[in-house]
Amino acid sequence: MKLISIILGGVLTSNFIFIQYLGLCAFIGLSEQMEIAVGMATAVIFVMTFASTVVAAVEQFILIPLGLQYLRTIAYILVIAGFVQLIEMFLKKTAPALYKAMGIYLPLITTNCAVLGVAMLNVTKGYNILWSTINGTAGALGWSLAIVIFAGIRERWKFMDIPKVLKGFPLALISTGLMSLAFLGFSGLFKGVIK
Amino acid sequence: MNGKRSLLHDFTKGFIEENATFRMVIGMCPTLAITTSVVNGFWMGVAVIFVLTVSNVLVSALRKQTPDEIRIPVFVILIAAPVVIVELVMKAYMPAMYATMGVFVPLIVVNCIIIARSEAFAYRNPVLNSLMDGLGIGGGYTINLVVIGGIREFLGTGQIVFGSRAFPAKPFFEPAAVMLTPPGGFVTLGLLMTILNIVIQRSEQKKAAREAAATAHD
Repeated sequence: MKLISIILGGVLTSNFIFIQYLGLCAFIGLSEQMEIAVGMATAVIFVMTFASTVVAAVEQFILIPLGLQYLRTIAYILVIAGFVQLIEMFLKKTAPALYKAMGIYLPLITTNCAVLGVAMLNVTKGYNILWSTINGTAGALGWSLAIVIFAGIRERWKFMDIPKVLKGFPLALISTGLMSLAFLGFSGLFKGVIK
Repeated sequence: MNGKRSLLHDFTKGFIEENATFRMVIGMCPTLAITTSVVNGFWMGVAVIFVLTVSNVLVSALRKQTPDEIRIPVFVILIAAPVVIVELVMKAYMPAMYATMGVFVPLIVVNCIIIARSEAFAYRNPVLNSLMDGLGIGGGYTINLVVIGGIREFLGTGQIVFGSRAFPAKPFFEPAAVMLTPPGGFVTLGLLMTILNIVIQRSEQKKAAREAAATAHD
């Protein structure tokens, strides 16, 4: 039951973009073309899942035994930055095709606040390594769902007659607002079913 | 380049010309997440001014020693240090505010504004200019947060609260709680940008008309 609630929670009820406001820069900046959006989504799913695992391990095996929880922010961001670099080099050597597809997005992910955000939320919620990984994947899936839907909407704008003052960011934000209103509708999904 | 004027310009450009939220559209997450009230927006702004100024000065001071290839990790460490300071100070002296802002205090570390200023400005400019740049961009960002927070708080709760005072004392209309939810934030910012675009467009049209009239007169 906890599994279902975490996964559905990450994708729908507490969607990273629409409900929690995490990873907005990349969401607004990279959603103009479907191809790019899908590339970024793949990279985010990949990095967020593994980064959650690694960061949870660092918390459990290094920070807690040494009593260094107050250095969490520095430790996490260093681990994430190093980890992204590692993935980049690893993919370059072992899977050049995959590297070609998501290579340019990887450096961007270091500063995607969703990755650090999910790591911080995992700690706040007291998840262990396994649950952190699941929560990371669920959050990344929700993020990807959002950016892919949004890229689909934005692609259609190309053929529409949009007032000049609304073009670009203003319309993007207003549409995001409307989508977020739709996602807000999921918020009562678990009431009564799970505690 | 030329002394004092450029220093002043480095400070003032953050407010309008290179306004983080409306011109460069970066640092969006906290802009929307914590602007449910004026007070939250203000303290977030203060935290960002501190972090941005300190990190700009550090990055600028170390710019000649930083190898180009690893500059991003170096920036991240230099930014993380002041963020931890803010986090600990806030936790100690303003526990309620820290609880409201939650995960967004440590997330200042990945706020794109700060890394963007390190990369685009502090890494290429002297310490004093970088200090002014940090204060200016941070100041402009704070004003944005306070304005957006004010609009959302006023429409969402019917009044604006400063400390123990509220204005107006009693809401004179039925508040729309949706303004405090995520959709309200997105739509508010979108409409603000639209209004700003209309203003810019109008002034450009006027300028063009004036220029046209001037050339016709010649």
